[in-house]
Amino acid sequence: MNDYYLAILNGAVLTVGVSLAALAVSIVLGLAGAAAKLSGRPVLVVLATVYTTLIRGVPELVLMLLVFYGGTIGLNNLLERLGSEATVDINPFFAGVLTIGFIYGAYMTETFRGALLSIPKGQAEAAWAFGMGKGQTFLRITAPQMVRYALPGFTNNWLVLIKATALVSLIGLQEMTYLAKQASAATRSPFAFFLFTAALFLVYTSVSLYVLRRLNARYSLGAKRGQL
Amino acid sequence: MNWAIIFEAQNLALYGQGIVTTLGLLFSSLAVGAVLALICALALTGPFPVLRWLVGAYTYVIRGTPLLIQVYLIYYGLGQLEWIQARWDSVWPWTHFKQPFFCALLAFSLNTAGYTAEMLAGAIRETAAGEIEAAQAYGMSRWQVLLRVVLPSAMRRTLPAYSNEVVMMLHSTSVASAVPSMLDVTSAASRVYSDYYLPFEAYLFAAGIYLTATFCLIGVFKLVEQHLLAYLAPRKH
Repeated sequence: MNDYYLAILNGAVLTVGVSLAALAVSIVLGLAGAAAKLSGRPVLVVLATVYTTLIRGVPELVLMLLVFYGGTIGLNNLLERLGSEATVDINPFFAGVLTIGFIYGAYMTETFRGALLSIPKGQAEAAWAFGMGKGQTFLRITAPQMVRYALPGFTNNWLVLIKATALVSLIGLQEMTYLAKQASAATRSPFAFFLFTAALFLVYTSVSLYVLRRLNARYSLGAKRGQL
Repeated sequence: MNWAIIFEAQNLALYGQGIVTTLGLLFSSLAVGAVLALICALALTGPFPVLRWLVGAYTYVIRGTPLLIQVYLIYYGLGQLEWIQARWDSVWPWTHFKQPFFCALLAFSLNTAGYTAEMLAGAIRETAAGEIEAAQAYGMSRWQVLLRVVLPSAMRRTLPAYSNEVVMMLHSTSVASAVPSMLDVTSAASRVYSDYYLPFEAYLFAAGIYLTATFCLIGVFKLVEQHLLAYLAPRKH
């Protein structure tokens, strides 16, 4: 019995791994998407808008199944056409990380875009006047200020992302939800195992919330707040 | 790509059945969830610390755990409890716990209630103090102020956030496909996929259905908001 709990606890490591890897993907896509939307180049703006609209209109699970099952067949068909005999199986970890990252990249795009728009234009202009390049301006001036505006939306996205990782169990990744289901099938005591898994998720979201609130306080130092 | 198979009569019927289940699940869980959310929001903003704490703990747990696990807990988990096992063959409300649709509905209702309650409570707390004072100055009782002034305005101001929640719930209903013998749009797609080995077509068609439903819901909410939130819109003249 205790072995099952230990196994689920081990699965928690994988949950953390999937969520952090997916977060990294989504941040990169979010920054790229926000840059595209604000670039003013019609092609990029349309592409980014199509990306955020389509992704946010379809359930995560459907996209995940599409990437996992569709991706496997698509890759194998491609290999066949190239004349290769080999077949590939998409690893559920990568399918999960890429799909979740791709989906939350769309949400991050909107968060980052809003944050970038909140920074007064004069800040970047002043940096240019000092002779900084675009990259330097972003790293030294825009990015640090963006963190403050982006953090509330980022926190929401991150909490939803953590909970979305449970869906990866449905494409066979052995993270804690998957292991809890296996354990309950083997022992016929599902209530205890699912409650344990729920508790682990609650710990993960609570710790995240605490850390991000601290971070938010740190980055909001010196920001004036209006008093009613 | 082989779209002809998707458009064969029996497969379209499968998706049709899926749409009925998905929409049925969505609207019934939203209805039950809205009633629960209203009660919870009143408790969250009410004068009783014990209730505030209890409901706060409820929304915290609901919002901090994945919906999939909540569904599993209710569908697989509750069956383990002897107390329910003793009742679900004969005693009335408990007989429903053997039905997948009821279990999914219960999980979704409890879930959306948790999120909606917090939104509504936030809107109630942000009601302008002057509105409440004015109502009190007219001699209205606590309940009269609540029913005539606070709730109508708070519910309207919750609409934009609530429309997000409704779209989220539409997408969440796809989790029902994890319950065996539930035939929603996602499980219809999975069945078409496994029957014909056509993952792209099957899931893309499902994605198209969800996308259409999402846009319809957003459109309806926009219309309703224009009507009900007209007094908050910027002046046009």
